Amino acid sequence: MSGGPLAAVLVSLVAAVAIFVFRNHPNLREAVTLAAAVIKFAIVFSLLPTVLDGGVVESQPLELVPGWALHLRADAFGMVFALLASSLWILTSVYSIGYMRSGGYTHQTGYYASFAICVSSAIGIAFAANLATFFIFYEILTIATYPLVIHRRNEEAIAGGRKYLAYTLIAGQALLVAVVWSASLAPGATFQPGGFLSGSASSGTLQALFVLFIIGIGAKAAIMPLHGWLPAAMVAPTPVSALLHAVAVVKAGVFGCVRIVGFVFGVDLIRELGLANILAFAAGTTILIASIRALGEDHLKRRLAYSTVSQLSYIVLGAALGSLHALVGAIFHIAAHGFMKITLFFCAGSIYTKTHKEYIADLRGLGREMPVTFGAFTLGALGLAGMPLFAGFISKWNLGLGALEADHTIYVGVLVLSGLLNFAYFFPIVYTGFFGKSDAPFRFKEASVLLWLPLAVTAVISILLGIFPDIGLHFYELAWQAAESLVAPAPLMLAGGGE
Amino acid sequence: MEHTPILIVLVPLTSALLIPFLAMGGGRFARAGLLFATAGSLLSSILALRASLEGEVLSYHVGGWPPPWGIEIVIDPLSGVMATLVSFLAVLAAFYSGPYLSGWTARRTGTFCSLFALLVTGLQGIVVTGDLFNLYVFLEISSISAYALLSSGGSKSVVAVFRYLLIGTVAASFYLIGVGYLYAMTGTLNMADMAARLPETSDSPVIVVAVSFIVIGLAIKAALFPLHGWLPDTYTYAPGPVIGFVAAVMTKVSAYALYRILFYVFVAGTGPREPLLLLGWASVIAVVAGSLMALAQKDVQRMLAYSSIGQMGYIMLGIAIGTPLALTGALLHVVNHAVMKGCLFMVVNGVQWRLGVFRVRDFAGMGRRLPLTMAAFTVAALSMIGLPPTAGFFSKYYLALAALESGYIPFLAALILSSLLGAVYFFRVLEKVYLSPENVEKTRDTSELPLPMLAPILTLAVLVLLLGVFNQTVVTELIQPGLPS
Repeated sequence: MSGGPLAAVLVSLVAAVAIFVFRNHPNLREAVTLAAAVIKFAIVFSLLPTVLDGGVVESQPLELVPGWALHLRADAFGMVFALLASSLWILTSVYSIGYMRSGGYTHQTGYYASFAICVSSAIGIAFAANLATFFIFYEILTIATYPLVIHRRNEEAIAGGRKYLAYTLIAGQALLVAVVWSASLAPGATFQPGGFLSGSASSGTLQALFVLFIIGIGAKAAIMPLHGWLPAAMVAPTPVSALLHAVAVVKAGVFGCVRIVGFVFGVDLIRELGLANILAFAAGTTILIASIRALGEDHLKRRLAYSTVSQLSYIVLGAALGSLHALVGAIFHIAAHGFMKITLFFCAGSIYTKTHKEYIADLRGLGREMPVTFGAFTLGALGLAGMPLFAGFISKWNLGLGALEADHTIYVGVLVLSGLLNFAYFFPIVYTGFFGKSDAPFRFKEASVLLWLPLAVTAVISILLGIFPDIGLHFYELAWQAAESLVAPAPLMLAGGGE
Repeated sequence: MEHTPILIVLVPLTSALLIPFLAMGGGRFARAGLLFATAGSLLSSILALRASLEGEVLSYHVGGWPPPWGIEIVIDPLSGVMATLVSFLAVLAAFYSGPYLSGWTARRTGTFCSLFALLVTGLQGIVVTGDLFNLYVFLEISSISAYALLSSGGSKSVVAVFRYLLIGTVAASFYLIGVGYLYAMTGTLNMADMAARLPETSDSPVIVVAVSFIVIGLAIKAALFPLHGWLPDTYTYAPGPVIGFVAAVMTKVSAYALYRILFYVFVAGTGPREPLLLLGWASVIAVVAGSLMALAQKDVQRMLAYSSIGQMGYIMLGIAIGTPLALTGALLHVVNHAVMKGCLFMVVNGVQWRLGVFRVRDFAGMGRRLPLTMAAFTVAALSMIGLPPTAGFFSKYYLALAALESGYIPFLAALILSSLLGAVYFFRVLEKVYLSPENVEKTRDTSELPLPMLAPILTLAVLVLLLGVFNQTVVTELIQPGLPS
């Protein structure tokens, strides 16, 4: 028993209160944000050694309803998401300060407070040891993100916010039914590698239950046709889009997908029920259709949004394929995509802050004025397309191997095609930026350092993760550890979690 | 200590009679009398509840006549919790009414306070009595004082309450007829005694008729769809100081009476639960119809009134399913809904009192004018939708689990649908509150509500969160002892 996971969740909740208290002192308020981000990362990082040794760090379950405990536990898979969310929160905080100040935005207190609550619930989701805890933080995340989506308070933002709420709240109710249902099938069960539902009900029941689960998390994971809210939510300020798309919200969805496939049902059960192929097909279709859709989108952030929709389904695909390498690829991609996609969003935000340009056609020649931004954009785009030596390659390589292992050669084709489509929709942006003709004379005018430094850092990390996937935060090792436990469940964990 | 149970009723009753005399000395004294009445009732409720939780059921024989001949006051954990809930909300409402009353004449204040104390008397009486006929008497006391109080909100409220009076009288008569049949069959009016005697006559059709009359009578009082006709107008036009209290507890007390009679008098003695399913289906329709009607309203108070009809459906649904899990959900929802709906009504009436507006679109920009009040509104609204970790989520969870485990999938579907509809109609208001520009003329005083109004609102909002987070304790310590053994 340890207070570590709980402390990691609470840090930013406390910070949210402090941010509200210091609402009239912007510097103090932002100092609180940064301090909380650093402390949170330190706490999560301090749990890493134990988890790398194959252990789990557990906090004392707090029973909310008989048989329904608030139970936090850091395992290898949860650590991937927790490390990603807490490390990116630091960078996003720095970036937010630069962005919000130079953009002259109002309601900043609400912004920072909601942001802190979002990250808090993301960590809660990562460390949730059972469905109840997962669900509670999942719903808090839904609500806490809403003020961020509607931050600009105009018609478009309100419409986007409505769409966001409609998708996520309906999905949340489906998830609630699924959670309650599995609580009645397997009372008091915690997540276990290999799942706990096997044999608890007829296969028809389990199939229905799985569909409910997938609807529940599919909205946040933006599996088509549940993706509609994501492009609409692009009206939010860019750091929020970065948070939505790279760090917390959509990642909570795909994280949940892997949790449910691997730790509630178990990959074998999903395959026996005949659901693996359907899910893989849905993911494959989403990957391709969203990529094609991105090609036709001229609004920079919306193009990135469709790219996210497509990339998230890599992770869903990996979970559905369920072979060792596919799972490694999927889990590693949670982190890899996080760093690469946040780079791209940071770039879009820095371009917007400097020039107020949102459409790709308007970016002509900007690359020569903002070399850091566009350089980082190029790196991020190369990574997402799966170039070797970039983080995206590692995940794609493993996913491809996994597809072969699972005897689904067709998905190798999907991955290759998707990689090509990635080039097709990202490189016009890079090309326009660096080589497009512009009438204005060029001079170096990068956005403020608070904006370009974080995006440079994430771009460099995307390369580093491609060359040394284990550097610093051990994402690759954690992914292997989690994937191995899922494919060949360790008997010790089945006995009840261990210490 | 020995007389604690009767004080729950006696303190407000005596105060109700004394307040008109106090009012001669000025409105302040009448208000003090009301505070004394409610606080005294709360104190004795808490004492009685504590004693009952220690395991002994307090039985007080009114006038020294032992049951089954005399009237018995019974404080078990169930009635103890209800009495505490009712008197706690009464205390808050007494504080809340302060700013309204300060502008009134002493005479009007006196009438108001006296009727309010009488209403508390009636409701507390229903809760604590162990006698079926005595329950009828208290039902009438509470109803009549409620008619008088609710009709003081202007000409529209008079018409609305007149309808309520007609329907309510029919309901009370139905109840009385049912009790009459039971008395004829068993020769007793004491609940415990009747529960012991009923098995001998359980096959008789007279009992079936009696139960039907009682259930329908109390269902009207509890505003179960389609017997809810009196409620929307009455709540919409009700005067501000009382509606928070009335909406929070009055229908709940009727639901409690129904529960007490069904599970402590009938089911405790006899067996079959199938007829309850009819009640279940009516509740399903109530849950969905109430939410749909709420969606269609332009007036916030009316929206809340329809939402109450839907939420009463939740409680009745739990009673209809009847498993321990479902009853836990129903009783927990009685407490939760009283707290959150009380909070919502107090907020809406506070807004009306401060700014004179009541339509959804008038709530535009209210988040900046009344930040604390609106924060409370938001918390209570999220709880009404049933999002964790607020109180509303947990009662819904119990009900959903109970519906699932007893195989009533349509009941579960209704709960989910109602949550989603709740999300729509509450976010419609919240969007206005926080996102739209203000449109009330600048001349009005737009500062935050005065403390006597704000404090009860915030107390209830905090309670919504506490009941959620510590719901495990609430359920095991307070709710589960109140389940039929």
